[in-house]
Amino acid sequence: METPKQNHIDKNDFDHVYEPAEDSYLLIDALEKDLQYLKSKNPTFCLEVGSGSGIVITAFGMAFPKTVCFSTDINFKACSMSKSTALQNKVMLETINMDLGSCFIGNKFDVILFNPPYVVTDSDECGSCDITASWAGGIKGREVTDRMLDLIPKILTVDGTFYLLLIEDNIPNEVISIMADYGFNSDIVIKRRVRNECQLVVKFFQDKNI
Amino acid sequence: MKLITHNMLTSKCLKGVITGYPLAITATVVKVSEVEYNPEFISRIIPKLDWEVLWKAADSIGHNEGLPPTIDPKFEDNEEFLRKAHKVLLEVEVEEGYLTCPESGRQFPITKGIPNMLLTEAEVQ
Ligand SMILES: C[S@@+](CC[C@H](N)C(=O)[O-])C[C@H]1O[C@@H](n2cnc3c(N)ncnc32)[C@H](O)[C@@H]1O
Repeated sequence: METPKQNHIDKNDFDHVYEPAEDSYLLIDALEKDLQYLKSKNPTFCLEVGSGSGIVITAFGMAFPKTVCFSTDINFKACSMSKSTALQNKVMLETINMDLGSCFIGNKFDVILFNPPYVVTDSDECGSCDITASWAGGIKGREVTDRMLDLIPKILTVDGTFYLLLIEDNIPNEVISIMADYGFNSDIVIKRRVRNECQLVVKFFQDKNI
Repeated sequence: MKLITHNMLTSKCLKGVITGYPLAITATVVKVSEVEYNPEFISRIIPKLDWEVLWKAADSIGHNEGLPPTIDPKFEDNEEFLRKAHKVLLEVEVEEGYLTCPESGRQFPITKGIPNMLLTEAEVQ
């Protein structure tokens, strides 16, 4: 997969919007690794939740020109940056300033991507609409992620796939078991050690054949 | 915001709202930008949409582009239909305006083409 151009972005804007980092690229690498699987699914609609700069969903859109791409972010400045990143790379992207995917009607998305705020923090740090929202994850770094898990069965299509980035502190096995209770299988697509942090991307899906 | 997005948005996350669908559109600025026409792409999207909601939304902002209110069962072979659907779904964009919840009347502003669907804590279900 190609890396989207980012030279349209004014560096100062990264004071307000999450700057693409190792985690962003790990999610892109996970999609690249799963490209054949995704191509065979031929997705109609893809949603990235918390798209920040828009780099991940734009990379997806470049690789899947026949998929309609959507993104949300709780931070308006991130929404506007996502939109411009897509435009600069000639990807059609619809962006909504929304909490996770809470305002979508039922079961439309074939692919959902999420690189959440995963850093373990106090609960009260979590839930802002500014740059803090890009990393503050509350207890276990999972407060935002767990709310998203609950939404997945409501907005993903039955044969859809959800890609989620986690760090070891988030206790991935707990996430996998929450999703198993919702009827989802899981697979670790990619894992990487970044400084002192182990990052991984897990995919969740309901169909039996991978 | 393109009308394809409007087709998928609800305000049912508001406390006391049951379906919150479809949202009414008030458009103060509408832009029509050219998007490459791909019949295969558009044919694939159409069955996944609520056509009546799309038609009424397009009509309400003065851009029904002569589309029929109901879909022809053999629409895939009808190029004229597909071109109009392409325009309404992908080329017409609401740049400024707002969406209104059909049950509560709550308004959601659209700024620079981005709808703001954020709620205050007191408003959430
Ligand atoms: C770790 S950053 C990832 C940004 C981008 N996807 C990337 O990979 O570079 C997390 C993003 O999620 C957004 N976010 C946090 N909480 C959110 C929520 N409740 N709803 C939507 N977006 C949220 C943040 O504003 C931030 O842009």
